[in-house]
Amino acid sequence: MTGHKANKKDSFQAKLEKNVVGLLIMIAIMVSVGGIVEIVPLFYLDNVIESEARNPDGSVKFPELEGIRPYSALELAGRDVFLREGCYTCHSQMIRPFRDEKERYGHFSLAAESKYDHPFQWGSKRTGPDLARVGGKYSNEWHVAHLMDPRSVVPESIMPRYPWLMEATIDGEGIVKRMNAMKRVGVPYTDEQISGGKEAVAGKTEMDATVAYLQVLGTMVKFKKGVDYRE
Amino acid sequence: MSNVQTEERYDLSVVGWFSVAAVIYLVVGASVGVIAASELAWPALNFDLPYITFGRLRPLHTNTVIFAFGGCTLMGAAFYIVQRTCQTRLWSNKLAWFTFWGWNAIIVSAVITLPLGITQGKEYAELEWPIDIAIAVVWLSYFFNFVMTVVNRKTPHIYVANWFFMAMMVMITYLHVINSLVIPVGLFKSYSIFSGVQDAMVQWWYGHNAVGFFLTAGFLGIMYYFIPKQANRPIFSYRLSVLHFWALTFGYVWLGAHHLQYTALPDWTGSLAAAVSMAMIIPSWGGAVNGMMTLSGAWDKLRTDYVLRFLVVALAFYAMSTFEGPLMSVKSVNALSHYTDWTIGHVHSGALGWVVMVSVGAIYHMVTKLWKTEIYSTRLVNFHFWIHTIGIVIYICAMWVSGIMQGLMWRAYDEYGNLVYSFAESVAAMHPYYALRVVGGICVLLGAIVMLYNVIMTINKSKVKVAESSSQPATATA
Repeated sequence: MTGHKANKKDSFQAKLEKNVVGLLIMIAIMVSVGGIVEIVPLFYLDNVIESEARNPDGSVKFPELEGIRPYSALELAGRDVFLREGCYTCHSQMIRPFRDEKERYGHFSLAAESKYDHPFQWGSKRTGPDLARVGGKYSNEWHVAHLMDPRSVVPESIMPRYPWLMEATIDGEGIVKRMNAMKRVGVPYTDEQISGGKEAVAGKTEMDATVAYLQVLGTMVKFKKGVDYRE
Repeated sequence: MSNVQTEERYDLSVVGWFSVAAVIYLVVGASVGVIAASELAWPALNFDLPYITFGRLRPLHTNTVIFAFGGCTLMGAAFYIVQRTCQTRLWSNKLAWFTFWGWNAIIVSAVITLPLGITQGKEYAELEWPIDIAIAVVWLSYFFNFVMTVVNRKTPHIYVANWFFMAMMVMITYLHVINSLVIPVGLFKSYSIFSGVQDAMVQWWYGHNAVGFFLTAGFLGIMYYFIPKQANRPIFSYRLSVLHFWALTFGYVWLGAHHLQYTALPDWTGSLAAAVSMAMIIPSWGGAVNGMMTLSGAWDKLRTDYVLRFLVVALAFYAMSTFEGPLMSVKSVNALSHYTDWTIGHVHSGALGWVVMVSVGAIYHMVTKLWKTEIYSTRLVNFHFWIHTIGIVIYICAMWVSGIMQGLMWRAYDEYGNLVYSFAESVAAMHPYYALRVVGGICVLLGAIVMLYNVIMTINKSKVKVAESSSQPATATA
């Protein structure tokens, strides 16, 4: 019986080895399963993004998460500088639920906090510290000094200097296009926000934009004590 | 004479060009790696130039070694193997040349755009959308040509190496297209259609399977052809290869989420990925054993055959990395190792130990076969073997120490319950290891330069021969 089964299996394998199309179809099926099981549910389960969680009566479970808003025109411009310079290669934006990370960086990161991040910037490496809640920790002047010459404020730092951010100005037409593209991928910008984008960045440098972005990171949610945001 | 006639049935010129290009990109990729590593040890080396800051060089390094070096090796080796195992020439030699020039044009565009800061901001998928479209087209040309050549085969069965290549081709098409879905803002900028947690999952499904299929399945295809060839013995176990193949194609896809342990990704996803990661030790080691046992009865060859030595040590690193990876996916280990240099060490033991060593072995083998000559200097191959091995050991040991040290420093508490170290102190503590890593990188780079010299001299030597005996035109030479 088992011998018969084994023969049958062997013959299926042997058939595949003689049939390119069959082999390709079988491969396509095999490589699809894992991705479908792990990725697809993330798009429809409603406990994936905390701000979409509802109480049994249908009310919003965590009203404090409604403070999460799309980036302003200037912050978005700063975020694009952050992407361009590859800051994510050394800085994460994802605080894990450990005691030491809470003390060093603050409350652990929620999925809702990066729901408008196209692409996400969680990072994978901390050559420098996590930036998920860096907003408000230092003054604007500190950030400018740090980006101009990191070792002037943190002697041990190995970060490059970014003096060119001071010279480049933000393109007003460009930011409107970018906000429109963001709207197309699902970020709820209002028409007023988009049309006001050009004015909002007028005369601003990339330095201003980068600092504005850093200063908003992690500040949109006022966490309530004792609330369990993740089961 | 009969040998020459057999050779004439194959289209090997394009294979030769891919092989030489791969060696050049290995030198380039390792150089960029050494510069980037030096910047972390001595930040003044950024020279306040935007184009060479670490944040822009790091993607250039990863793209050059993975897609330029790895890609050219995979394409050259696949075109070589598929012709020999199917005993037929390529379905279209012209299309193969299109693949060659297309892929190299993509590499050139990467070398230009990445230092300019033109990026999608997703690790290992930085290239902007117009280049992404070109990648898809060129990749499909490679895929189609390969499959059509298999269709035209003169042998009844499709050889195991070709299964692995086809699995890679299917999966990479799938990954590249889905992870690169964006809305463009002009030619040089776009935003991912996914955001936050979903983008993270899609990205690491892509990222880990780039490792699993591009850097593993594809190179296993190379291993399954060149180890039996170089050792002159059949593969140890056919059944083990069948098991290895299907377990790998099914299993690898699940692992991506282990890059997101303890993040805002739902817990079940990461745990599932970790469980499957552990299970993957079995097929991975099955494959490594299958390759190594192919040498049983021919172990003495390792003493004299340096090419075989590269191939077998590659398998040892493959076995080590596929043990270390699952270990690091376990939540309690990941809590320490994630975000640290341990990850960087792990990647390089896989990349330099497994991918580069198996490629180097295959390229030395192919170069001598294509140009129908002995290698210019076996002593230099031996030198390359040792300098490369020493470089890897220095590199990964430095990263193990710095990674574990970082992890421990970040979570160290004093007797009053306060954090002992500031982040800056942990950065300062890394300096000696970052400097040591540069030394390891220089060893690897030196080996690559020696290889390039050896390959060029071998080809030169062969050209002289061809010119001397014009009665035997070797079509294999370009």
